[in-house]
Amino acid sequence: MKKILIPALLAASPALSGEIWVTNEHDDTVSVIDTETYEVKRTIEVGERPRGITFSKDYSVVYICASDSDTVQVVDPNTGEILHDLPSGEDPEQFALHPDNRHLYIANEDDAIATVVDVETRKVVAQIDVGIEPEGMAISPDGLIAITTSETTNMAHWINTETHELFANTLVDSRPRHAEFTHDGSQLWVSSEIGGTVTVFNVADQSEIAKIRFEITGVHPDNIQPVGFEFTEDGKTVFVTLGPSNHVATINAKTFEVEDYILVGRRVWHMAFNDDNTELYTTNGVSGDVTVIDVASRTPIRTIKVGRFPWGAAFRPTE
Amino acid sequence: MIYFTALIAIIQREALRYIGQRERFVAALVRPLVWLLVFAAGFRAALGLSITPPYLTYITYEIYIIPGLCGMILLFNGMQSSLSLVYDREMGSMKVLLTAPLPRWWLLFCKLVAGAIISILQCYTFLLIARIYGIRMPTIGYVTAFPALLVGGLMLGALGLALSSFVKQLENFAGVMNFVIFPMFFLSSALYPLWKMAEAGRLLHDICAVNPFTQAVELVRFALYAQFNLPALGWSLLATGAFLALAIWGYDPARGMIRKKG
Repeated sequence: MKKILIPALLAASPALSGEIWVTNEHDDTVSVIDTETYEVKRTIEVGERPRGITFSKDYSVVYICASDSDTVQVVDPNTGEILHDLPSGEDPEQFALHPDNRHLYIANEDDAIATVVDVETRKVVAQIDVGIEPEGMAISPDGLIAITTSETTNMAHWINTETHELFANTLVDSRPRHAEFTHDGSQLWVSSEIGGTVTVFNVADQSEIAKIRFEITGVHPDNIQPVGFEFTEDGKTVFVTLGPSNHVATINAKTFEVEDYILVGRRVWHMAFNDDNTELYTTNGVSGDVTVIDVASRTPIRTIKVGRFPWGAAFRPTE
Repeated sequence: MIYFTALIAIIQREALRYIGQRERFVAALVRPLVWLLVFAAGFRAALGLSITPPYLTYITYEIYIIPGLCGMILLFNGMQSSLSLVYDREMGSMKVLLTAPLPRWWLLFCKLVAGAIISILQCYTFLLIARIYGIRMPTIGYVTAFPALLVGGLMLGALGLALSSFVKQLENFAGVMNFVIFPMFFLSSALYPLWKMAEAGRLLHDICAVNPFTQAVELVRFALYAQFNLPALGWSLLATGAFLALAIWGYDPARGMIRKKG
């Protein structure tokens, strides 16, 4: 009897508390959602058109791309106070924090460059010429490779983080919007918004392993526009947001087959897991809300109203 | 005790009749399944622009329509069991039943319960097929839906019973069904939510809101998500009482329509 009870009790134990931080593009605010109550418990005013958001490794500060203010803002997550701005180059949209917790890699959409900023000295370390309209930004888990995707050139640019030089360019389908390395660093996934595909590369030789396509009953193919990714901790499943199709796809990371489509709000952009990876929060731009997905059953469980045009999402533990 | 014996006997008779008519069982399931698999599939993405209780997130039209189709099963079955009452009356078996040494209201109530139980069995078969098809309700919802389906089944059965007491012949019944079933079904929240109706017109919305069928469907909708909808329950019970009173009055040989018909 005990054998049965103990796992049951463990499974029923409540998740650790935490917060999901969501940037509201049109409200110039960040909504902070409590992952226990599913309520917005704070709304923080930030710079103009906030989009990309990420926490420092120790969660002591949060970095927010204020695209129209042409800066990356550093915010104290406890007080919500803007501590200072970082020089980011023009129109920063997405960025990635290097595993050294010190260097931010920022995509400058209007200037066709990627800017590397030292968050401690608050100085620009390097500016790297890349393709036109860079947007997606990713850094390999070992910190050796940075990727930026350029929306107009339709390429993923591979940057050596030590020399700050490009060492490879790989073609993908139209309007690559987002890139992400798998947890083990062996693969790079790139989403193409207009092309409607996801391309998977082998990091070792930058060769293409797979191209994933989507098809949703009752949804026009033009509306299926993949953007954000999240990998489950075990690396077996990948969640992909599909923009104006209002769905999130789940992909088997081994076979690259699409397994499920989950209905969420309108124009879904990005996602963030809660602390134990049991729930996934999606930002739904047009409907102005966040849908919570139960990861195990792959079902949407509720939708929470936030500000206008939520875009980026990041998790922070509170205990 | 004899009351209980009568209840069991009448339920058994209805169940036997039901089992004997496989076509009826299949027909009763085909109707909502066609709505679900053909009609709802075409409108799959039509909803999902507004989140209203009991739903906590966006849903497909197929999920929305499930309680309405359960209501459809209850409605058609309620009407069909009253149709069989008219048939019983023409065949004479009704007279045998009504001569039982028990109050007439009890016999009619037993008939009602028997009809409702058959309807509920059909609803659960339908919910099972929908689940296999991939339209799932929360597991607890399948349990909490039972009392709601019972109330809905009794209410619509009582309506059928009341109607049958006013219908002279079997032939007339088809007309009555058309005048009752279709307005009741389409002027309800079974196919479209009330807020959508409000967009079409305030009057239409108000007619839908007072329709007892709407309230029965909403009761089932909330119960399928383990939630309780008190106004829907109150309205459904009130309508059940009114229909039942009308049926008992209709079947009373001293006052009702039976005497008028000779």
